[in-house]
Amino acid sequence: MSDAPVIETAAASHEAVEAAWRRVQLARHPQRPRTLDLVPLIFAGFFELHGDRAFGDDAAIVGGPALLDGHPVMVIGHQKGTDTESNILRNFGSPHPEGFRKAQRLMRLADKLGLPVITFLDTAGAFPGPAAEERGQAEAIAASIKLMTGLEVPIVVIVLGEGGSGGALAIGVGDAVLALENSVYSVISPEGCASILWRSRDEARTAAAAMRMTADDQVDLGVVDAIVAEPGEGAHTDHPATARALKAAILSALRRIASGDTAELLATRYARMRGWGAYLETGAGPSLPPEAPSLRRRLGRILRLPGAPRRPRWSDIWPSDDQDDESERGA
Amino acid sequence: MPIKFPFSRRAAPSDAWTKCPSCDAQVFSRQLERTQRVCPSCGHHFRMSVGERIDLLLDPSSFEERDSGLEAVDRLGFHDDRPYLDRLEAARIKTGLRDAVVWGVGRIDGQRVAIAIFDFRFMGGSMGAVVGEKLARCFETALAERIPAIVVSASGGARMQEGTLSLMQLAKTTAPLVRLDEAGIPFIAVLTDPTTGGVLASFASLGDVVLAEPKALIGFAGARVASDTVGEELPEGFQTAEFLLAHGFVDAIVPRGELRAALSRLVRLLPVAAIGRDDGADDEDRTWGPIGALSGFAERLGGAVSETIGIDTDAAADTNGDRPARPVTTRPDGEDQP
Repeated sequence: MSDAPVIETAAASHEAVEAAWRRVQLARHPQRPRTLDLVPLIFAGFFELHGDRAFGDDAAIVGGPALLDGHPVMVIGHQKGTDTESNILRNFGSPHPEGFRKAQRLMRLADKLGLPVITFLDTAGAFPGPAAEERGQAEAIAASIKLMTGLEVPIVVIVLGEGGSGGALAIGVGDAVLALENSVYSVISPEGCASILWRSRDEARTAAAAMRMTADDQVDLGVVDAIVAEPGEGAHTDHPATARALKAAILSALRRIASGDTAELLATRYARMRGWGAYLETGAGPSLPPEAPSLRRRLGRILRLPGAPRRPRWSDIWPSDDQDDESERGA
Repeated sequence: MPIKFPFSRRAAPSDAWTKCPSCDAQVFSRQLERTQRVCPSCGHHFRMSVGERIDLLLDPSSFEERDSGLEAVDRLGFHDDRPYLDRLEAARIKTGLRDAVVWGVGRIDGQRVAIAIFDFRFMGGSMGAVVGEKLARCFETALAERIPAIVVSASGGARMQEGTLSLMQLAKTTAPLVRLDEAGIPFIAVLTDPTTGGVLASFASLGDVVLAEPKALIGFAGARVASDTVGEELPEGFQTAEFLLAHGFVDAIVPRGELRAALSRLVRLLPVAAIGRDDGADDEDRTWGPIGALSGFAERLGGAVSETIGIDTDAAADTNGDRPARPVTTRPDGEDQP
């Protein structure tokens, strides 16, 4: 990749691009601890439950009850493989709809019994293939998000590696969101973003910097509450130390959010979600064309109804145009 | 465009005729306006602007726009081949809109509804913070005024230029739906061409009723992303309204000419509940004033519901001269899955 397009982008210097890409690579490191690597180190007595009770079992999402410091909790997480064989079994951590529906089933069980839910995000995204579309991938994600927004138990979310788009958010709505130092979180994979906006997958590292997907950026944006430091060169160098740091962070987050009652918990979660995203409240009136009515329109109005201009229809104010020509000015 | 004059700055031939992408017929653009932008020869549904949708669906002059002043800001400092703010400005000039959604309160055959309408021409109808905020306010207004909510979607998904904040709009637009469920307020989703990505993976899939326009492209992953990720071409005609109907994710496909009548009927058939649903568990987060005796009765029934008890409730409610409280045991965070 040449340096020219990188320097051209005002938002990201060459160093920033390389730093962001290094984080993406660490987040995707093959030896990075996966959900099932960490669960036995953080929890005791994990009992994995399988199946969505409707179609099948998805190995890309794992979950079940476990004890955290002696207290039962529900653990749910994406599961990537560590080698080719296990990655094929786990579909590289990209769930099908039945994975999300299994997660929903486990969350309902947690809700029924009052168990806090702990989720681990580590996916490049929900699987986009034909089979997933057939079984309603979008509906499965939407239903998962909706279920989590109203779940009457505390939810702690940990971004382990890649937080990839809707497939991550489907089990990622929580009262506390923690992220490992070298994890990333994004609305679309950097490759996907590059192929749409730059029309080339080779610009993935530029896209990674532009989307500000590192854990630090996510804290800055308010999507992540706190960062959990990784040992040494990264989490892949020391799984037990990573697990110890995560356990302490989960316990302190749970202590903080589990102090209020259910109504308060839900109200706080709702306010948190409503607060995401920046916008300006300008107080301007109905959306009108930026230009004054053209001579053509004024004449037209007079000619149609002399002396009494007809009331404009909404489609006059916001017409459609069939030619998507950028140079053409609307109105 | 209502009228063309010979001295118009815009050259007439460029848009006097429109080529139908489906049957290749040349359609006179003014005729297209009269046919609600449906191709007269093959029935292809062209995309519509917000204004045309309002004229199509709502009673004349009944629409009052709300929150029209919301404007996007560039929180990330996003820059691909040009800055996000430039793209926004270009889209504003092109469409006359401030962002990809317009919402307000209007009437369908005299029935008040809160309605939000996407315009695909504004950056592909993509959902950023402004779109998410407008939709959330639309749902919250439906909740506060106890009127049905309708969303007409046409969107490529989340707006990449706002990063994870646009992803979080999936949660922001979905959270109010839980409250609509608890309060017994219907939400109708109308999916038009195209509805994909993050919009389909949030509120658009979660309508109590989901309608779609014929042949509309509806799917989770964009074809380009899908074929890049999976390394295979998706089959032809895969992500269409008809495909979703066959697989059980859409209730009905409604041609544009019948859409207004269909919405009017649905709003009548699925009325706002007289009082909110009673989950019998936490009364403290009920924000409206329940009718005392009625809700007490429904609460006592909360535990064990049978058909017989359901009939009893109706009878009791009728004597109060009110619409019956539905005895429902489903949890408020429940799904809308059929």
